[in-house]
Amino acid sequence: MNAGAEVLLRVENLRVSIGESQILGGVSFGVRQGGITGLLGRNGVGKTTTLRGILGLLPRTGTVTLAGESLTALPVHEIVRRGVGYVPEDRDVFAGLTIEENLRLTERAGSEHRYPLVYELFPELRDRAAQLAGTLSGGQQQMLSLARALLNASNRILLIDEPTKGLSPVVVKRVAEALQRAAEVTTILLVEQNLAVARHLVRDVVVLDQGLVTFAGDIAELIDDPALARRHLGLSAAGH
Amino acid sequence: MSTIVLLIVTGLGLGALYFLVAAGLSLIWGLMRVLNFAHGAFFTVAAYTGFFAAAALAGTSPWVGWFASLVAGTFVGAVFATLTEIALIRPLYRRPVGQVLVTVGLALATLALVEGAFGADPRQVTVPPWMAATTSMLGAAIPNTRFVVIVLAALVLFGLLFFLRRTRYGLIVRAGVENRDMVSALGIDVQRAFTLVFAIGGAAAGLAGVLAATYYGTIDPGRGTAMLISAFIVVVIGGLGSIAGSALAAVLVGLLQQFLNFYAAAGVGDFAVVLLLAVVLLVRPGGLLGGKSA
Repeated sequence: MNAGAEVLLRVENLRVSIGESQILGGVSFGVRQGGITGLLGRNGVGKTTTLRGILGLLPRTGTVTLAGESLTALPVHEIVRRGVGYVPEDRDVFAGLTIEENLRLTERAGSEHRYPLVYELFPELRDRAAQLAGTLSGGQQQMLSLARALLNASNRILLIDEPTKGLSPVVVKRVAEALQRAAEVTTILLVEQNLAVARHLVRDVVVLDQGLVTFAGDIAELIDDPALARRHLGLSAAGH
Repeated sequence: MSTIVLLIVTGLGLGALYFLVAAGLSLIWGLMRVLNFAHGAFFTVAAYTGFFAAAALAGTSPWVGWFASLVAGTFVGAVFATLTEIALIRPLYRRPVGQVLVTVGLALATLALVEGAFGADPRQVTVPPWMAATTSMLGAAIPNTRFVVIVLAALVLFGLLFFLRRTRYGLIVRAGVENRDMVSALGIDVQRAFTLVFAIGGAAAGLAGVLAATYYGTIDPGRGTAMLISAFIVVVIGGLGSIAGSALAAVLVGLLQQFLNFYAAAGVGDFAVVLLLAVVLLVRPGGLLGGKSA
């Protein structure tokens, strides 16, 4: 992490256990204001759990602060109202609601709503406003999920979990463009398995392994050094 | 022909009562995943509240007493349900065994209290003279109470559909039925929706308690429990969480019971309903309209 930069979100000693299994063993990192910070690592190292732990969707210990304000003891909806948007790995759009209803549900009192930006990025959401979300393709559902997080201007940081997973290359490109645009108006903590996408979008990177942070710094430093990439991500960056 | 008409209207009336109890159960399960065995207690307490409200206004017009019983029963049903949610259910969210135990305990305790206070014998209910009369329809003499129950249940159905489809809280409930964690992750206090759904369910059960008294002409402490069993069957057949499904299943169950109990033998209709439940669970485990709250 670059010294002197303003840290918006700080996670300290985050521990999450599910049943008898400890998933996170004390994760600590900071997310700088503005731009996209990547949360990388192999499958099953705790990236999704970290996002869900930050949001309070899983029982956890440790502390989470947003712009100096502690979120640790707050219920999920209050954490979100403080300005934390969430795009889950499985999109989790409400299948029985229309696109318009999914977006309307997301509107938060006291927040400006970025409909112009959302419809500029994803015009099909306006064109198909009356369509049930459950009948959308995977890519369209991902767009709706991103649109929900982007809609409220009061969101100061978006936690986005594998937005390109399972999508066609054309849709991946559109999602990446949308993320780049979103990063102009808010801060993003991005879990991304597609290293090409991550390399293109991400500035800072936090790498998890076995429920702990093993690397935090500039993504170029990690990916451009094959030895570091192999050690922390278990692969050759050249292969991606 | 007249017999068929009578059976249809009576079956619809019975279905209307089932729907009023089932609607709340269905929404409560759909949104909160709480199997509320205390729902029959809301019905019973409301029925007795309505009875005493009407009795307190015995000197006035019978219509005034009847309306007062309707309002008082509905209100008490809503308040009882709200207090139950706040005091007993809320501390036990995500602890389903605890919820079952506490709601079964509340149901048993309420039944014992009502029996202890008012006796186990049925009490005669006074209704306005028009309701005690019949209306001739295609040769059948239909008790007017059937029409009252059907019309009020239909109004509740349309009211609930309007609430679910046209209001923000309805939107929250519909979304919560699908994925309540994601509703919270949008910054919405789903707890408030839980309380609201319990209050609405309690109000509908309370209304059903008073209307059942009007329908049968009596109240007794055990009817809430009997109605709860039928309502659970209706909820499962219709699809947990689906109001429209509950309405459809309630009509099916009411008609099936009436026709088979009359044309086959007493009790066959009740058996057929359980058989229908088994068939639905085997063929369509999610119920007729499962997953569609509105």
